[in-house]
Amino acid sequence: MAMPTDTSMKTNEMLCVLSGFGGQGVLFAGKVMANAGLLDGRNVSWMPSYGPEMRGGTANCNVSLSDEAIGSPFITKPTALIALNQPSVEKFGPTLVEGGIAIIDTTLAMNADAVELPAGVRRFSFKATQLAEDKGLKGLANIVCLGKLWAETQFADLDVLEAALRKCVPPKHANLLEPNLKALHMGIEL
Amino acid sequence: MADQQISAASEDRVLMKGNEVLAEAAMRAGCRFFFGYPITPQTELAAYMAKKLPKIGGTFLQAESEIAAINMVYGAGAAGARAMTSSSSPGVSLKGEGISYMAGADVPGVIINVERGGPGLGGIQPSQSDYFQATRAMGHGDFFMPVLAPSTVQEMADLIYLAFDLADEYRTPAMILADGMIGQMMEPVTLPPARDPKDLPKKPWATTGTHMEREHNVINSLFLTPQKLEDTNRERFERYKKIEATQQRQELFMCDDADIVLVAFGAASRIARTAVRAARNKGIKAGLLRPITLWPFPTKAIDGIVEGGAKAFMSVELNMGQMVQDVELATRGRVPVSFYGRTGGVLPTPEEILEQIELRASELGINPAKAGE
Repeated sequence: MAMPTDTSMKTNEMLCVLSGFGGQGVLFAGKVMANAGLLDGRNVSWMPSYGPEMRGGTANCNVSLSDEAIGSPFITKPTALIALNQPSVEKFGPTLVEGGIAIIDTTLAMNADAVELPAGVRRFSFKATQLAEDKGLKGLANIVCLGKLWAETQFADLDVLEAALRKCVPPKHANLLEPNLKALHMGIEL
Repeated sequence: MADQQISAASEDRVLMKGNEVLAEAAMRAGCRFFFGYPITPQTELAAYMAKKLPKIGGTFLQAESEIAAINMVYGAGAAGARAMTSSSSPGVSLKGEGISYMAGADVPGVIINVERGGPGLGGIQPSQSDYFQATRAMGHGDFFMPVLAPSTVQEMADLIYLAFDLADEYRTPAMILADGMIGQMMEPVTLPPARDPKDLPKKPWATTGTHMEREHNVINSLFLTPQKLEDTNRERFERYKKIEATQQRQELFMCDDADIVLVAFGAASRIARTAVRAARNKGIKAGLLRPITLWPFPTKAIDGIVEGGAKAFMSVELNMGQMVQDVELATRGRVPVSFYGRTGGVLPTPEEILEQIELRASELGINPAKAGE
């Protein structure tokens, strides 16, 4: 039965699945996104996978930003996908809504192009992990992809997104703030 | 990350996990003793307490078992402290004996159940399959306890505050019945103000030492004289009557003119609400009654909806049909009650529930209103 969920029927909704291997920072990137929504005063939910997959396999989180009350925080028909590995593209790519957006890191998702996506999905494939590493931003493919998603959707004001990033980098890792901001802008300019 | 945010002023909205909010709000409610044992999906609660509670002069203890943990709550509660334990379904079963002792000795305390699928070890995904246990038979003997069901992270904060107050006021254990979805998710929350335990109402019954100024206070659940035991049970049920009369809580969503009223709590209510909106968009007058107190069950709200002319109720649960019995009892045969549920950690989609609403509408001969009607 193909009926859009209550939330995805609205145009201002961001229903994003962020997925990759454990350690690639998809939960963190999701938190940055959710905090941007929080700073914007919107309704926000962030739902992590907490099954056995978080113990060494794929990890994902679902982030909803909405002006309406959010029903289930589990997203079955995402409007956006950030996929950092091949299983994520295969699992979540086909669930995107028509006309959705897919940001794919092809460093690890090497056969991503073989995965068919629903009609009208805007697909942005690039070697985020590789590109980040080349710029001395090792391990920040998550934020590079978040930057690209922002560039294509403007899900929040840029200063709000930057503020969210500042908020999410813990004080004891303050040295990581600059590289994160650089990675964000690198993604935006891709 | 929530660690930094927690220092924000209490009126600020912060983004936190449901489990962490339970811990933070409990401390703000004056809880200074936490005893627990790890289990998915509630472990963040205990981890948060381990980090924070000692810093405000409280005691965190990872017990050797769930049974030990609940008996520590029993002890701390008997001494007048606000104490709490948390677990998930299989671990909560182990606490049953201790909770019964607390009920029998009229000792307040708060028990958290962040439910997962069962029976047995079951699974670790969200479930509501402990409804019967929480509302009917948390342990042996004749007793009830207030059971509160949060559906948002904000309610995790609000209801744990309430749970401590109800527990103290009525001298009873009280339970927060949450689930893996609300426990694991982050949502914006405005945390309640912190209360100093010294400012909480006094507990003259507590075993705080006589200081040679009064008779001994005795905390006990053993009454070998049948008449004495019956008397204590009857007195306790007088308190239950008061709780039932004054503490029913619920949220009504689009119930005023509803033909079909869904009844759902916690995680299921979030999905049901989306389905109700979708049904309305299709011209079906659906509504949602969301019990916030599972015991006492909001029977007065059911009465109001029946009197308002609703044609049917549909209980939507993450189990094989448990709360539906309370809905049937409350409707007393006046309108038909049906059930839809998923179990084992499987969540229904809004589309699935909408399909059930449409099916029910057609069975009942309720035609969708045309646009403008």
